[in-house]
Amino acid sequence: MTLMDFLNFHLVPGIVLGSIYAVGAIGITLVFGILRFAHFAHGDMATLGAFIALALVTAGIDPWRALPIAMAVMAVVAIGVDKLFYDYLKARPKIVTVMASLGVALMLRAVVQVVFGVDPRTYASGIVRPDDYFGILLRDRELYTLAAVVLIVIGLTLFLRHSRWGKAMRAMSDNPDLARLSGVDNRKVTMLTWAIVGALCAASGFMLGINNELHSMMGWQVLLPMFAAAILGGVGRVEGAVLGGLIVGIAEEMSIFILPAQYKAATAFVLLLLILLVRPRGLLNGKVL
Amino acid sequence: MALLDMKDVRGGYGDADVLHGVSMRVGEREIVVIVGPNGAGKSTAMKSVFGLLTVRGGSIVFDGEDITGWAPDRIVQRGICYVPQVDNVFREMTVHENFEMGAFLRRGDLSAAYDRIYGLFPDLKAKRRNLAGDLSGGQRQMVAMGRALMLDPKLLLLDEPTAGLSPKYMEQIFQITRDVRDAGVSILLVEQHAKQALAFCDRGYVLATGANRHEGSGQALLADREVAEMFLGG
Repeated sequence: MTLMDFLNFHLVPGIVLGSIYAVGAIGITLVFGILRFAHFAHGDMATLGAFIALALVTAGIDPWRALPIAMAVMAVVAIGVDKLFYDYLKARPKIVTVMASLGVALMLRAVVQVVFGVDPRTYASGIVRPDDYFGILLRDRELYTLAAVVLIVIGLTLFLRHSRWGKAMRAMSDNPDLARLSGVDNRKVTMLTWAIVGALCAASGFMLGINNELHSMMGWQVLLPMFAAAILGGVGRVEGAVLGGLIVGIAEEMSIFILPAQYKAATAFVLLLLILLVRPRGLLNGKVL
Repeated sequence: MALLDMKDVRGGYGDADVLHGVSMRVGEREIVVIVGPNGAGKSTAMKSVFGLLTVRGGSIVFDGEDITGWAPDRIVQRGICYVPQVDNVFREMTVHENFEMGAFLRRGDLSAAYDRIYGLFPDLKAKRRNLAGDLSGGQRQMVAMGRALMLDPKLLLLDEPTAGLSPKYMEQIFQITRDVRDAGVSILLVEQHAKQALAFCDRGYVLATGANRHEGSGQALLADREVAEMFLGG
């Protein structure tokens, strides 16, 4: 195998997949850090977001224009899910909310299956040939995916670092009691967090869909790699989620050198076990779970 | 009239009472210290002022207004800030961001407030971009006080600010507490280091088993034989 083959058939797809995982993992790490529970409905929120974008595309909107609309819709949906389900459980032990999120996952998936059916769908039909960039083969959709992920990460980082409410979110993740003593309104931070998480879910679902296909189980199937990425990077750390996502994505694409392709999905599981054994706070020193 | 006037406060966490009638007053520009043996209810008495426990009897009047039973966020806006004993900084945020979070409820130009804080804590100016969690214990305590002072409170509550600090830092924290008082803020603090605290405060209260036992000027309490025998190790 030549270097170019390695880059084009393993590394580039790994980076594309990894950056999609990163977007999902950022959402998981935000819920973990600020709301302090493992959100099992994350993958199915991504599925719903992907199918909302599909509905918009079917209505004649260009896929990449449908993405921001789907993100906005999912921001509202996520706030609604919180108000309808998780909000009632906030005084109970967190494990109750974790289990409830599993129920929400099944519910959201059922909605997708009832409305859109169970057959695989695509945003655009036909085969797209990749363009050659100095030997690196990239399709437009892969290029746009990478650009969108970079934009999302930069935008979110700037928001968390420099805006008043971004700092409030970090403060709530860092020390919730002290944040409350400082006058930060917990309900507003919770709403804002869900809005961002919902939008991130839609983005990751859409990008999974446009680089492959849509089906009702697509989100559930990437839940494990996304959790692995969040924990690998360090819970509560956005930059850790990005790093973790890229590592898991690339590792999955590389795994076929040592494992049959059917076992690709096991890579994330192995990584998750290893990091929990060796460095449970993650690569960038996140929270202890 | 006293800035803070607690009368016969009873209450606790959940159903059991920890305080069985505590009365305390803090005047304008006064440093008042609460001392007493472990389990005397020192921190609890202070937390009752800040609305952190269920008050079942008595009254707490601050600046002419009855604040008994108010929620902490409302009390903060009224002009009382509280520095907890532990976990009192945002460890993953920079020193300056800690101060920004302290001023979360304030709008408008804050440059004067930052100047005031860095004036009180000149050591922190060079460390403003450092993470609060990376600082030494004494400096972290300064960040915690600075965060609370950003809201420009009339009364600052400090829960064992010198716990776990070296004698050098203890002196420094006491000195800063005086500086803060001189800047016009009244201070109520709980202290384990009873001798040193009584020596530096204006007035003190000795609590035991959730009730007042002694009160008076710091010097008078230090001179009191019974207080000395009970709490100061002779």
